[in-house]
Amino acid sequence: MTNSLLTIITFVPLVGALLTLLPWGKWLKLDKAGEERLIKNGAIAISLLPLGLALMLWSGYDQALGGFQFEINVPWVKAINVNYHMGVDGLSLPLIFLTTFLTVLGLWYSARVIKTRVREFFFLFLLLEMGMTGVFVSLDLVLFYVFWEVGLVPMYFLIGIWGQAKDRPQYSAIKFFLYTLAGSVFMLLAIVAIYFTTGTFDIVEAAKLKPFADSILLSGLAFWAFFIAFAIKVPSWPFHTWLPDAHTAAPTAGSVLLAGVLLKLGAYGILRIVLPIFPEAFKRYALIVVALGVISIVYGALVSLAQWDLKRLIAYSSVSHMGYVLLGVGAAAYAIGTPKWVDASAMALNGAAMQMFTHGISTGALFFLVGVIYERAHLRDLKMFGGFSSKLPYYYGLFAVTAFTSLGLPGLAGFWSELFVFRGAFDIVPIWAVIGVLGIVLTAAYILWKIIQYTFLGQYDAHKIAHWTDVETGAELHEPKDLAFFEKVTLWPLVAFMIFLGIYPAPLLNLFNTVFVRLMSGFAGK
Amino acid sequence: MTESVSSFPVIFNLTPILPLLPFAAFVLIVLWANRSKKLSAGLAIGGIGLAWILGWAIAITTFSVEHFGEHPFRVFRDWLPTGRTWQAFGFALDPLAGAMLIMVPFVCFLIFVYAVGYMGVGKPESANDERGKPAEPGHVDRLASRFFAYIALFATGMIGLILADNLIMLLVFWEIMGLCSYLLIGFWFARSYDDPKQITPKEAGLKAFLTTRIGDTLMLAGMLLLYARTNSLSFADIFKPEMLEQLATTTVNLPGVGATPWATLIAILIFFGAIGKSAQFPLHVWLPDAMEGPTPVSALIHAATMVSAGVYLVIRTYPLMAAVEHGPALQFIAFTGAFTALFAATIALAQNDIKKVLAYSTISQLGYMFAALGIGAYVAATFHLLTHAFFKALLFLGSGSVIHGMEHGHHHGHQGHGEAGKLVDWETGGHGHQSTDHPSTNLPSFDPQDMRNMGGLFRKMPRTAWTFIIGGLALSGFPIVTAGFWSKDEILADAWAHNQLVFVVLAVAALLTAFYTARQIVMTFFGQPRTAAAEHASEHDSIFQWMTIPLMALAVFAVAGGWVGIPKEFPGLGALSANPFHHYIGSLAEALHIEAAELPFNAVPLLTSLGVALGGLTLGWLVYRGAGKLRAGHHLASPPEYVDPLARPLGPLYPVLQNKYYFDELYHKVFIKGTQRLSTWLFKFDSNIIDDTLVDGVGKAGRWLSEVGRWFDTHIVDGAVNGIGAVTGWFGSVMREFQTGKAQNYLLVGLVTVSVLLGAFLLLPK
Repeated sequence: MTNSLLTIITFVPLVGALLTLLPWGKWLKLDKAGEERLIKNGAIAISLLPLGLALMLWSGYDQALGGFQFEINVPWVKAINVNYHMGVDGLSLPLIFLTTFLTVLGLWYSARVIKTRVREFFFLFLLLEMGMTGVFVSLDLVLFYVFWEVGLVPMYFLIGIWGQAKDRPQYSAIKFFLYTLAGSVFMLLAIVAIYFTTGTFDIVEAAKLKPFADSILLSGLAFWAFFIAFAIKVPSWPFHTWLPDAHTAAPTAGSVLLAGVLLKLGAYGILRIVLPIFPEAFKRYALIVVALGVISIVYGALVSLAQWDLKRLIAYSSVSHMGYVLLGVGAAAYAIGTPKWVDASAMALNGAAMQMFTHGISTGALFFLVGVIYERAHLRDLKMFGGFSSKLPYYYGLFAVTAFTSLGLPGLAGFWSELFVFRGAFDIVPIWAVIGVLGIVLTAAYILWKIIQYTFLGQYDAHKIAHWTDVETGAELHEPKDLAFFEKVTLWPLVAFMIFLGIYPAPLLNLFNTVFVRLMSGFAGK
Repeated sequence: MTESVSSFPVIFNLTPILPLLPFAAFVLIVLWANRSKKLSAGLAIGGIGLAWILGWAIAITTFSVEHFGEHPFRVFRDWLPTGRTWQAFGFALDPLAGAMLIMVPFVCFLIFVYAVGYMGVGKPESANDERGKPAEPGHVDRLASRFFAYIALFATGMIGLILADNLIMLLVFWEIMGLCSYLLIGFWFARSYDDPKQITPKEAGLKAFLTTRIGDTLMLAGMLLLYARTNSLSFADIFKPEMLEQLATTTVNLPGVGATPWATLIAILIFFGAIGKSAQFPLHVWLPDAMEGPTPVSALIHAATMVSAGVYLVIRTYPLMAAVEHGPALQFIAFTGAFTALFAATIALAQNDIKKVLAYSTISQLGYMFAALGIGAYVAATFHLLTHAFFKALLFLGSGSVIHGMEHGHHHGHQGHGEAGKLVDWETGGHGHQSTDHPSTNLPSFDPQDMRNMGGLFRKMPRTAWTFIIGGLALSGFPIVTAGFWSKDEILADAWAHNQLVFVVLAVAALLTAFYTARQIVMTFFGQPRTAAAEHASEHDSIFQWMTIPLMALAVFAVAGGWVGIPKEFPGLGALSANPFHHYIGSLAEALHIEAAELPFNAVPLLTSLGVALGGLTLGWLVYRGAGKLRAGHHLASPPEYVDPLARPLGPLYPVLQNKYYFDELYHKVFIKGTQRLSTWLFKFDSNIIDDTLVDGVGKAGRWLSEVGRWFDTHIVDGAVNGIGAVTGWFGSVMREFQTGKAQNYLLVGLVTVSVLLGAFLLLPK
């Protein structure tokens, strides 16, 4: 049981996806609405299973022991030594939880919002969950690659089909698809290259064998091949422009998973594959990574400041926030092999990993919150907003907590990730850290000035938006209505996480810490 | 839970509960009680009231603990994994925290009680009122519950800050206060003014948060550099002598500066946090605009507690600041403080808004404290921090009472009295008459905070006036009886002993302080009422019961608070005094190896401080006594009609002071516009260059390539295939000619072929 747990988590969504395709309406004699309801509720019910299993994983994971647990490793394609190798450690556990958690919320929210082509939507959504979970559990490069690509397809359709016509969904979808695919071509080449030098596709094995360690040229090429593939996904400046388009066009739940999980795949790849397998090459190019991180932070924040479309603004803020991850990882890579920096680099990585998690929670929540207002006003233009806090006080409260998490207010989850990234960076690459710290001020500026002030403060002007939709009944109103029950159910768990982790981040940090202390002390030869 | 070893009174174990009490009130209001304004107010007051009683109980117990400075009480546990070690979090109780515990929860409590009256809790809601705007007089603010939730959270932040035993926690509570400050300044978020240049509450809140954020970010940088050196941010670890020694002796090469001790760099960076929070030059611009918040907020956050958190930070981290003896860090602090003290005092001279005068005086007084710290007057600065909190809270609350009195008078004057008609004219005449929706509500242009509209309030609002005057005298340092005298005098004495330039600057600032305080008191309370609102102002409404009692309590402390710190060598009185305050804080200073011996008596600073206080007050009284005189029964037509007696003698300098040296305009042009322009430009770059040109360019290139490919495919590849077909066909048709079916032809071909091959075989070289 324990070693098939990961397989079950990964493939339950696939089973669910296939189940949505069956002609339930005909079999159970339901009308179209009844069938759709069944598909929606069924999908939610099925998605609860991986979430429960993820919690089981978390509680069953032995932290004192550390390392990979719940492992399964059986031959898959014997001829070329491809194995079906899965396992989780302190880094992937929280991300698996995040994936299953956001999927449940996304399905729950979509069940009330998606009205067209319901069957396809839920099919694709569950398929997407499988792809994402698969990436986080894979310990074999081929398996990793397969899941990586599997995740692309459903997202492509989610953006392309359910996007708003005015947001150019087809263009955005194909841009997203091609961009990521272009990156993964390099990755595939590097994977094959690893195989031909080491004879294995196994991530754990390869990290021990350190392919190309003796060749500056080859290790550099392999490093960049992987890094570019992952940097596109993160996305790092200058590979980021697919993100605002994809986000703007995607339906709410699609944006949530895109920001909440898909971006993390890139960062996860860097931490899981690039850092352990090519430490020397990474150390050589670490400052470039740090620079990319810092540029992403500052550049993303400044460009956010210039946005008037709320969703696009948040998309750019993701570029900025993911920059912290790159800064932390880059700083840690620069510290490879330096004994005095073991703690500092472990903390930088803790911060980076925590940023992945908290950004998933807070930006996921932000996209839900944008969805909330969009479903009512059918607008995202900040110039048309204003004074909502008096009409939607409940919404304002939850939005404010999320926004403050996003700007890294101490006492909320986002603070700790930034603190630890900078704790490491100030020790290892102080000059870059000083520039990066500017981002904190700019983040406060775009969140408070652009989002909070333009949306919530000031006087509510009834002439700006004359028609409001009641999200529960679909009726037309003259004034906005505050959060509906299903929206509260969607948002509260996320907000609760922001507050809890803001006060007591140790449970999460400690998982990461165990992994990274081991990794960095390994590099330092201690 | 790990505890320090030696035996402490049991009550100390309750220390961690202190910040939780108001926090519980906050949570309860947000999740449960928010529908009832009375219940919300009750919860907030209950939470802070319990914290006050418990805080005093704990603080008073500490007075009798032997060697408390050397062995403070700590409760902590591991909280954050940091590589192979853990960072502990916890609370520490030492004399500094004890002294703050006397002040903070008590002042908070009084302000909360005052807020019940100020927000009109218990009054009916007005149908005309909108959420996010001040209520009509005699009505409750529609968001009063939210207000009490915010201030309860704020109190959590402040109490947590003084008890935090490490810099990270201190930062957390520090930012919680920053958040509350942002929310409370912008509390009336829907308020707007006719004058587009006047800053609205929402903008003021944003300005406050962003300005302090700049300081906070630098402070964070300093903290992280420190963390990288020390591997811990617990005060107990950082302040170990060997650690400080190491920080003071190891250096970093700064571009343009050269080798600088880490301690200096870190201390200056951390001090920037204090510059932001305590509104020191050059980050002072936010505090005056923060007066857009409701008045209890101004008293609570922008006078008594939050802004003094900056001073507290420097006192708390003083061993670090002073790690390099008389180093640049301390000089920088002294210089910034002294400069700000004088700079803000000059601006205060020319302000007409009753709260803005107080705001600038706050900036100036905080500068005083920093100057004191910079020259090494550790105990005196702490003393001034405490006394200032009492009298400044008193002054702000008094000004709130005045404002409410004026609003009531204005409202009253409008409801029945024809003589107010003249007032209406200039109030609404020029400005598109926006008040049509709300008959008889606050007319937009009347400013109840403008002192030029006041005058003669002494007789209308005697309780407010008496207490305000006591506060004003304390601020001016009126000799012997007021608390402000003792603390200010001590700072001046220290300055005289350590740095005479600072002494002169501070003395001039003290003179100006006394002068503008006298100006404020005269303009507000004396002379005759200059408007109908002032004519009808009163403090008889039931809300004033809630408001005036805290005023009286604070007035007592504004006087008596100073008696705990009378120097032993003071002529006459010194014999009666044991100077318990100096003894108490001094024990901590000793434990931290800070020079804090009582100074020998010197007459020069004493006479100076007597002279500037009395001189400034008298001068102010003389200058303003006769200003703005009107004929009996007449009212001011508009505020600018009141000519300030200083305007002519100061000439062109006066508008400069009135406009605060144009710093707002400068910052707006340089920083705000600059950032906006940069961000717009970068966005254009992003969409035009990176996206359209590069990314889409690659896409287009791909499509173009595929077009080429298609052409190649159809013409070349396919052509080749077809061509091969055609060639084959042609070849076939040619070959067909040979396929004659006649044996002799085939034999002939065979013969020729064999002959050619044989010939070639024989003739070609081997």
